[in-house]
Order: sequence, then C-alpha cells, then structure tokens
Amino acid sequence: MHLEFEKPIVDLEAKLNEMKRLASDNGVDVTDAVHKLEDKIIRLKEETFTNLTRWQRVQLSRHPDRPYTLDYIYEITNEFIELHGDRAVSDDKAMIGGLGEMDGQSVMFIGQQKGRNTKQRQMRNFGMANPDGYRKALRLMKTAEKFNVPIITFIDTPGAFPGLEAEERGQGEAIARNLKEMMTLKVPVICIVIGEGASGGALGIGIGDRVLMLENSWYSVISPENCSAILWRTWDYKEQAADALKLTAKDMLGVNLVDGIIKEPLGGAHTDMKSAAAEIKKVIFAELKKLQKMSAEERISSRIDKFCAMGVVSE
Amino acid sequence: MAWFKRQDKGILTPTDEKREAPDGLWYKTPSGNIIHIRELKNNAYVCPDDDFHVRIGSKEYFEILFDNNKFQELDANMKSADPLKFTDSAPYPKRIEASIKKTGLNDAVRSAVGKMNGSEIVIACMDFTFIGGSMGSVVGEKIARAIDHSLKHKIPFLMISKSGGARMMEAGFSLMQMAKTSAKLALLSEAKIPYISLLTDPTTGGVTASFAMLGDFNIAEPGALIGFAGPRVIRETIGKDLPKGFQSAEFVLDHGFLDFIVDRRNLKTKLTNLLKLINN
Repeated sequence: MHLEFEKPIVDLEAKLNEMKRLASDNGVDVTDAVHKLEDKIIRLKEETFTNLTRWQRVQLSRHPDRPYTLDYIYEITNEFIELHGDRAVSDDKAMIGGLGEMDGQSVMFIGQQKGRNTKQRQMRNFGMANPDGYRKALRLMKTAEKFNVPIITFIDTPGAFPGLEAEERGQGEAIARNLKEMMTLKVPVICIVIGEGASGGALGIGIGDRVLMLENSWYSVISPENCSAILWRTWDYKEQAADALKLTAKDMLGVNLVDGIIKEPLGGAHTDMKSAAAEIKKVIFAELKKLQKMSAEERISSRIDKFCAMGVVSE
Repeated sequence: MAWFKRQDKGILTPTDEKREAPDGLWYKTPSGNIIHIRELKNNAYVCPDDDFHVRIGSKEYFEILFDNNKFQELDANMKSADPLKFTDSAPYPKRIEASIKKTGLNDAVRSAVGKMNGSEIVIACMDFTFIGGSMGSVVGEKIARAIDHSLKHKIPFLMISKSGGARMMEAGFSLMQMAKTSAKLALLSEAKIPYISLLTDPTTGGVTASFAMLGDFNIAEPGALIGFAGPRVIRETIGKDLPKGFQSAEFVLDHGFLDFIVDRRNLKTKLTNLLKLINN
C-alpha cells in the first residue's frame, strides 16, 4: 500500500530493482546507471518529503504501514509485560499499557493501539478508547507513581469513541479526571504523538512534562474531515481545514503548544521502523535525564505552569 | 360570476403603520405553554405550568444568584485574538466582531465575584449565544483567572457550563484550554476550596471532558443535554436511533455522574445550603 505522493518514488524503486535484476541475470555492468537512479530516488524523496502539505502529513500519519504503539514498545524494550483492565468494567483493547525495560530503565508505557487488519481494527476499535480505556490508563499511571516509575504515553487516536455505552459510562468524566490527575503525577511524564492526535481523546493521555510529536503526526482539536463537515457542511474541504487548523508538528511547536519534534526517517516512519524507534528511544532517554534531575514538586509546578500559559487573548 | 368582488387591491396598510405585538413579549415552551416574559423573569425563567427551564445567559444567572444583582465582574474586557489566522467562509476576527455586536458580550463566558445569601462566591457563567458557548483562549483564560481569584481569596467557585465544546477556530489553543482549566482546578482541589459545577442545557464536548465534570459537586438543571459526543455524531456512529431521554440530566444522574438535579427556582438556596454544610 502506498499513498499518491509516494507513487513516483515507489515506481522508481521498482525500476531500480528491475535494473539490478536484469544486470545480474545478464551479467552486464550497470553500476553507473544504478548509482544515478539511486541518487535520483534520494533527491525525489527529499523533494517530496520536505515539501509535504499539511494534508499529506495527515495521510502519512494514517499510512496503513505506519508503526503503532505496540510496534514501538516491542522495538525499544528488552522486556515488556502488558497489564490489562480498569478494575471496574472491562479491558479496553483500544488503550494498552504495561511495564517495560529500556536499557535498564523501567518505564510504564500507555497508549492507544490501532489494528493492522480488519479483524484487529475491530478489536482495537480503530484506536478509539471508551471511558474504560481512560480509566485503565489512569490506573496504570497511579501504579507507576506508586513505584516511582516514569510514564511514557504514545498518542495515536482519531478521537475518544463516540458511542452509546461510552456516554453511559461517562466519557467526558473519564477524560476530565485524567487531565486533572496527570497534572499532579509525581513521576516524570513524557507524551509522544506518534500518529493521530485528535481532540480530547488524545489529550486524555497527553498531559506531560514533555509533549513531543513525530515529524509526520498531527495534533488538534478536531480532525480535518470533521472540521470541514462542520464549517463547510461537506468533507470535501479537508485540505483547507488541515491548513486552517495548523495541526502539524511544526505548526504546534511554532506556537509552543508542544515541546519538541522527533525526526522520522526520510519517507516516513513506516519506511524504516527500526530507525524511527531508535530515534524515539534516544529522545526519551535525553528528556528523562533532564526530568529526573528535578524534584517531583518542581516537575509538577512547571507542568502546571506550562499548560496554564497556553492561549492567546487581547486585553 | 363571482358572488364576491374585491373592491380594493390587496393590503394597503404600509408596514410601519401595522399594529403588532412587539417581539419577545411572550415565550412558548416546547410543550406549547405560552407565558408572558415578565412572569417568566419573576420565576427564574422557568415556566410555572410545565417546569420548562428556558435557556438563559450570564446576565440572568448573575441576577438570580448574586444578592441584589450586585457583583464585581472580572476581566470584563478580555477579547479573542486570532493566533492562527483562521479563515473558513469568513475570517475568525469577523465572526468575533459580529458575535460581539449581536450579543453585546465580549466572549462566551463572564466571571464575577459577589455575595450569595451573604457569603462571598466566585461565579463563572457561559453564554451559549456567543458562538455556541464555544471554548477558546478567552473562555479558558477567564475561567483560569476566576479560579485564581478563588484561590487567592479562599472563596468557593461556581462554574455554570453551557457550551457546544471547543472553539474550532482556535484549534490547538482551544484544546489546551481543557488542560489549563483542569490544571487550575487541581490547584483549587489541593487548597481544599469548594468547587461546584452546574451543568445547564447544553453541556457537551471539551467542556464536559474538562472542568464541567470536575466539581466536588456536579449538579445540573432538569432536562439539560449533557454529554461528551453530540447526539447526531453518536447516532451516525452506531447507526441506530438513540433511546428517549439519552444524555438528559436525568440520564446522567442515573448513571452516576451527577450529585443531584436542581430546579432553578431553588438554585440559590440549595447552593447556599450545600456550601454551609461543608463549611461547618
């Protein structure tokens, strides 16, 4: 599977492979041609991926091959024990969590999980958590706090689930409680938007000392499609909506609503998951090192001050 | 041949000479009761025949709750900026300007401090008429500062919510107002200053998913629509009609997310009594 703007690159890559195959079959030396073509591919990739429109980045964030929360966790940990359930109603499969070990450092991982095929997508509810998911997340955060383990959340959701039972069990209350409780967690909290960061569903696990975004992720109050549907009464203006919302990592960092951007390999995280994960791990360690030098009180007060400073008004 | 013949042509009275009842003198409730506005006003904007709670704004709530309608408004002049230069069919500043003109309000929330039955209270109250009571930076900041006032002077805080949710035109900034208000409420909570959240018709979206659900006491007006997702979105998601009364205050009470439902005519007394009980 590839996106429209990936196609010229994919075509060239196919051509390159074909050339290499023909050369080895016929014993012809095509080294020069291969080098030329490889250069061309790299140039085209650079050109394409440094000039992506906002909507193209949204598409990349939803790429069918894009790594999901558990992919990253298994890649960056030596050991991971998944923990289940909110101890009240159910185990929400759209929100996963557990304890992991990264080069000797214990970490509580929490994040929305999407599915790779139809069956999995259904089981994971497309990464849309119910209140049970937010309560499970909070339970695991409190466990982490109790045992002084730092928390890493991976955000990847098209939104909190807008269902009948979600309302009955208090979707609003569950998210609200997380916002408040996460403000005063005594352990370091790092939140990373790895794909889609839609609205309260994303923010519900998004209160951290550091909030970071992968280069090709997005984070806003609403998805471009729904924004278009509300403002233009049709989904056709999603590209304009994406531009109006200024929802990319660069946009969000530019107005200080997030603290940093994690670079992805050229072509997007899905083209080289291992190096994307390695970069995430590097950044987590660098940030943890800084955060662990602060006292719990310092972390909490600067976390609260950071969020309280967000907003622009005229007086 | 017609048995009746029109002598004059059509209606000849000029528009400005027509005798009409002025607009807004009578109010018709959804069940069809008609009531005079003056009577409605004397009854806390509740229809005496069917107990229907008419949607009102900050002006009316302040009138109902503050003794002799005396209060000191906080941050009255704060207005929206346009940090993202947001434009859909019209630029965002134009929408703001039009709303200010239409409503006479500066944004979707007003905050004030005054006395309620003799005791000091900080009240922040949302106005649905201003862009659907949507929450942007001004709403978040005014609520945050109202909570600061409560914290500084150790005065109980009452939030009256009435909102469609976050304001799209401030995108990421709107979203972070949920975080900001929750952060301030965490501080208020640590200082053990009482916070009562009154949810009125309608309270949905990002407001429900932040300060509206974080009260020491969450209370609501009868029949108010309260939810996270709007009914239309849920209907589309599940592909079925919603049960009767779904997302009404009574439904939310039944599911355990409200302490009680209060008739607006008893609101002031009940709030006073509640605050007395925790201050004893």
